[in-house]
Amino acid sequence: MNKNVERLYNGIIKENPTFVLMLGMCPTLAVTSSAMNGLGMGLSTTVVLVLSNMLISAFRKVIPDGVRMPAFIVIVASLVTMVQFIMQAYTPSLSDSLGVYIPLIVVNCIILGRAESYASKNPVIPSMFDGIGMGLGFTFGLTCIGLVRELLGAGQIFGFQVLSLSWFTPITIFVMAPGAFLVLACLVAVMNIVRAKMEAKGKPLAKPSGCLTGDCAGCGHAAVCGGKTQTETKTE
Amino acid sequence: MKELLLIAVGSAIVNNVVLSQFLGICPFLGVSKKTETAAGMGAAVVFVITISSFVTALIYKFILANEALMNKGIDLTYLQTIVFILVIAALVQFVEMFLKKSMPSLYQSLGVYLPLITTNCAVLGVALTNVTKEYGILESVVNGFATAVGFLIAIVLMAGLREKIEYNDIPKPFQGTAIVLITAALMSIAFMGFSGMI
Repeated sequence: MNKNVERLYNGIIKENPTFVLMLGMCPTLAVTSSAMNGLGMGLSTTVVLVLSNMLISAFRKVIPDGVRMPAFIVIVASLVTMVQFIMQAYTPSLSDSLGVYIPLIVVNCIILGRAESYASKNPVIPSMFDGIGMGLGFTFGLTCIGLVRELLGAGQIFGFQVLSLSWFTPITIFVMAPGAFLVLACLVAVMNIVRAKMEAKGKPLAKPSGCLTGDCAGCGHAAVCGGKTQTETKTE
Repeated sequence: MKELLLIAVGSAIVNNVVLSQFLGICPFLGVSKKTETAAGMGAAVVFVITISSFVTALIYKFILANEALMNKGIDLTYLQTIVFILVIAALVQFVEMFLKKSMPSLYQSLGVYLPLITTNCAVLGVALTNVTKEYGILESVVNGFATAVGFLIAIVLMAGLREKIEYNDIPKPFQGTAIVLITAALMSIAFMGFSGMI
């Protein structure tokens, strides 16, 4: 059991996909215009991640090594389609506001990254907890960014007006596209400070491994890419 | 014709794929250090997205949403995500092999970038958007091409800016990715100015 708790801690705090590893940046930028959207996107990704981790872990001895990437992609794409239909049926308004980003969960680095680096090598139960941890970490990150953008951009939290419009002029740009880049830039800067502090203390954080650094090592797609990214960025 | 032009301008400039739809952020941030590499990446994306929107539109029209099957009550459109991602992955591999074999000079300039694009979310995003907006085959190709041109514009501009800011005095925490994101935010604000065009 201890190992499972460790997996949860690892996903939510130690290797938080949004704050520490900086994975899955496309959805992070795209759907965090409100806390509710961030939460919805995070939870749907979590569902896909947990199920895909469990399935891939269960089939890890059956899937031949040579075709594992296409196999993973088929598994993830089927799960995403299921989640998409469930959302269309039960949460139509959320499904409308997330739009094309729900099917795009398929190409989210976190999911294939975890499949490749954890689920394909470990038993079902730890993989499930790994999925829950990573998924909740991602949800936490998206919700936090959504909260900040919604608060600054509309003075609301989860749709409730908390800053009275009588004295607060909403900075509308924060709920629009440029706001996403601005908030993420500040987040990266803050994390750089935290990273430097932790390093000085002798407890360095895990390195960001996402697309943001232009290094695809942490991303499952590196296998599809043939790892050419790394050499490519080195030559630059 | 007018409609096609509207689609093209709309997806290339007004709803820029990177700066307002946030698709293809990874190559946008990763491969934009130099103008030359950025232009190469952009050209490869134009190539792949145009072909893939044509192929996925064909598959959608004649297989998934086939009229004969539809009339019999067999609706395969729910398979679109799975089919599109696999078709795109296979297509990119095929294009890479084809270029290597028959057009070595083009492969020299685009080849390195092709595998990177396989799972670029912009490619799948365009294919899915074409379906959602109920575009026909010609419209899908135009939309795909224009979206990719939008990507090319954004990544080349970004690379130009990055070459300039490289020697600037930037506060320490903002060095690296953070300043690139700030630049992207400013570019995004500039592109918002186009939103009244259509």
